Amino acid sequence: MPDVHTLVNEFLNQLKKRKIEGSQATAKQAAELLRSVISQQRLPQTHQATALISAVRAVGEKLIAANPVELAVGNIVRRVLHIIREEDLSLATAAIDGLELSAVSDDEDDVERDDYPVLSAAAVAAAARSTLRPPSLQTLLEDTPISAAIPHTSSSGGDSEGKSRSVDKSSRGRKLKHDVIEAVNELIQDISTCYEQIAEQAVEHIHQNEVILTLGSSKTVLEFLCAAKEKKRSFKVFVAEGAPRYQGHLLAKELAARGLQTTVITDSAVFAMISRVNMVIVGAHAVMANGGVIAPVGLNMVALAAQRHAVPFVVLAGSHKLCPLYPHNPEVLLNELRSPSELLDFGEFSDCMDSASGGSLHVVNPTFDYVPPKLVSLFITDTGGHNPSYMYRLIADYYSADDLVVKRRPATTS
Amino acid sequence: MSSILFLQSVVGLIVVLYPANGNSAVAESGKAALAKSKNQSSLKKDGPPVTSEVTIDKKSGNRPPEKERKKDAPPQRMQFDDQNRVGKAKRRALVNQTEAKNRVELFRHLPQYDHGSQLPNLESKLFQLDSVHPAVFKVGLRYMAGDISGVNARCTEMLRALQEAIIDYSTPPEKVLIRELTAKISSYISFINECRPLSISMGNAIRFVKRRIAKLPLSHTDVEAKTALCSDIDRFINEKIIIADKVIVGHASTKVRDGDVLLTYGLSCVVEMILLSAHDVGKKFRVVVVDSRPKLESQALLNRLIAKGLSCTYTHINAVSYIMHEVTKVFLGASAVLSNGTVLSRVGTACIAMVAHAFSVPVLICCEAFKFHERVLLDSICCNEIGDPGALATVPGRMDINYLENWTNEENLQLLNLMYDVTPSDYVSVIVTDHGMIPPTSVPVIVREYGQEHYLI
Repeated sequence: MPDVHTLVNEFLNQLKKRKIEGSQATAKQAAELLRSVISQQRLPQTHQATALISAVRAVGEKLIAANPVELAVGNIVRRVLHIIREEDLSLATAAIDGLELSAVSDDEDDVERDDYPVLSAAAVAAAARSTLRPPSLQTLLEDTPISAAIPHTSSSGGDSEGKSRSVDKSSRGRKLKHDVIEAVNELIQDISTCYEQIAEQAVEHIHQNEVILTLGSSKTVLEFLCAAKEKKRSFKVFVAEGAPRYQGHLLAKELAARGLQTTVITDSAVFAMISRVNMVIVGAHAVMANGGVIAPVGLNMVALAAQRHAVPFVVLAGSHKLCPLYPHNPEVLLNELRSPSELLDFGEFSDCMDSASGGSLHVVNPTFDYVPPKLVSLFITDTGGHNPSYMYRLIADYYSADDLVVKRRPATTS
Repeated sequence: MSSILFLQSVVGLIVVLYPANGNSAVAESGKAALAKSKNQSSLKKDGPPVTSEVTIDKKSGNRPPEKERKKDAPPQRMQFDDQNRVGKAKRRALVNQTEAKNRVELFRHLPQYDHGSQLPNLESKLFQLDSVHPAVFKVGLRYMAGDISGVNARCTEMLRALQEAIIDYSTPPEKVLIRELTAKISSYISFINECRPLSISMGNAIRFVKRRIAKLPLSHTDVEAKTALCSDIDRFINEKIIIADKVIVGHASTKVRDGDVLLTYGLSCVVEMILLSAHDVGKKFRVVVVDSRPKLESQALLNRLIAKGLSCTYTHINAVSYIMHEVTKVFLGASAVLSNGTVLSRVGTACIAMVAHAFSVPVLICCEAFKFHERVLLDSICCNEIGDPGALATVPGRMDINYLENWTNEENLQLLNLMYDVTPSDYVSVIVTDHGMIPPTSVPVIVREYGQEHYLI
């Protein structure tokens, strides 16, 4: 569809040129884009889920490639894929329950799952059980005989039912799309309201006469602190500037305007001031599967200082920031180096840059920092507070294992 | 009137303590610089000096009693949250500083003034202030304007100014040189202190001068006394600063090897000398220069290093975790080293040392022995200097960062510009001084053994 393509290209351009700031905005736009892709996708009679999945994958691959460091995009793509699979499964179980004859649910067709019962309702039910619920001894015992002898001719099985099923299937197809779009709408809603849900938990963590430290600026942190202020907790805030973007200035101005005692300090003064701080509250760019945090640059230093002084280091993150990937060499692979002009005036040092005496100058200006999970005391997400060691479990709620690599495989069956 | 009382108590004290000269000079310097209430201090004087007279001759490191020790301390001990004392100090002050609006509560015990507001006022008074010697006045002005920074430079300038003042000094009739001169020096020091609070190690230099004055034999004429003092000051500067720096460079250069990546922070003249001398000898290494706001001092260092041909990497303090995995050694300068092994240095040094420690990179502090002080500090809040908060609001060269333009109008908003911070001793691997390379735990030993001896040459 031309309009979908233009939408996709527009979004891709924005990502490549880094025009979109903030993971929430990126996530929302990505979700809306995928919603349009899904709604405009024409689905075949059979294997609707597969078609949807491959369409979303195609777009998702391009989106992720445009800005690999913006992990929220990949998260949303994987969430949508997971939604498709889940809706598919729930429709299948509903269909199975409603069927009297042995029926095969085409929608259950997944390219990856080879052990796929076709013919008997009992087998289908067993498969449904095994995919929807964690494996129990029964399903483990039942799985082996089933997977041994199942012909992988799902489509032929479908056709063999006869035309009486075709009406059912098309209505099921429409229902699938409808359900998926509803779920994606819910996802968008969740992304938009993650601030409120996180801010609700503020009162549990901030008491009277506290001193809180933060670095840079994060809307989540702003809402969090203001929510505590609304509940009449009086506390002071130290905001570290967050060079080289100096977002801390913005946050401090906002907080002071809303009536909180705020002090702006330089990033170098963090160790000096942290001995008088009760809690460090920061936002994150992304949370990795091991509980590590990709955060704005400088937060590793703050986390180390907080550990030294036994100050709790609390990270606020909406669930769209939770990434199912494990960080391997995050400083390099998940980082972006920005322009040196933010640190040095080009004019002053241009003659130094290529001086004849052999001196050379490199300027390093990374955007992100990696904070290892052992330095984080608590994650506060819209689903509540969690330990860093628990984050990997949340992944199972939101993502499927098959979607970790969003690259299209060479098509084997379709 | 109050100053006469003050002088009289001082005189009374000297008469009592003549055999125990060192301590009284110390006590005086503390008193003068503290500008405490006169009556109170004279009362205090009666108690402790008696006991200290007994102990002062033993070099066994018996610490003088509490009150005396406090007066050894740097002049920053003036507690600015005590309204009484602040009022009295203001009345005596030559420089009328206006207090900053939006003061930070946590630092009410330190002076927080509107910076730069007194400069034009003082400049106009250059030819009128006859209680202050012009050389001292100039130094005070330069401090206030921020022209001189770095302990070595400040100390040298101050001592040179005192030298000039001593040369021009003449004893009024019927007065003793020692007392008069000491009183004059104290008043100069309090003037300089009002321009910009003295750093801890400068207190050591001042203490040295006062001890030399107190040790002058009474039989000396004015001229002889003055030449003796001037040559003492020259010798101090030479031995404790210039030659000490050379010795430190010699020691530390042995620690630089081919292929090293050295990280440095801020603008320390000693570290710069080390890097340049190692480069001159021909070692191949890289330098990482870390900078921070608001002073951005390392840019000057960067310029000089590149001009000499070293290959440098420049970054800001937030990116230290990113760059630390490539670094092999960290060289830092210090403003003072305290007796519990903690290092008082430019704000941000503690962060660098902490991250280096987390990455198991050795941290070498390079500082001269005259910066060792017997004071102890646990954190950076109790003793610090607050700089100009307005410097935080603007970022030079970045016009788009102007969120804090009207920060003084916001009553809930304060800006805090700390100048120093305290690095705990466990982050420091070794301190390179002119006495050699010592671990931070040996600092009180040096203070005790060499503190008395060297000053009483």
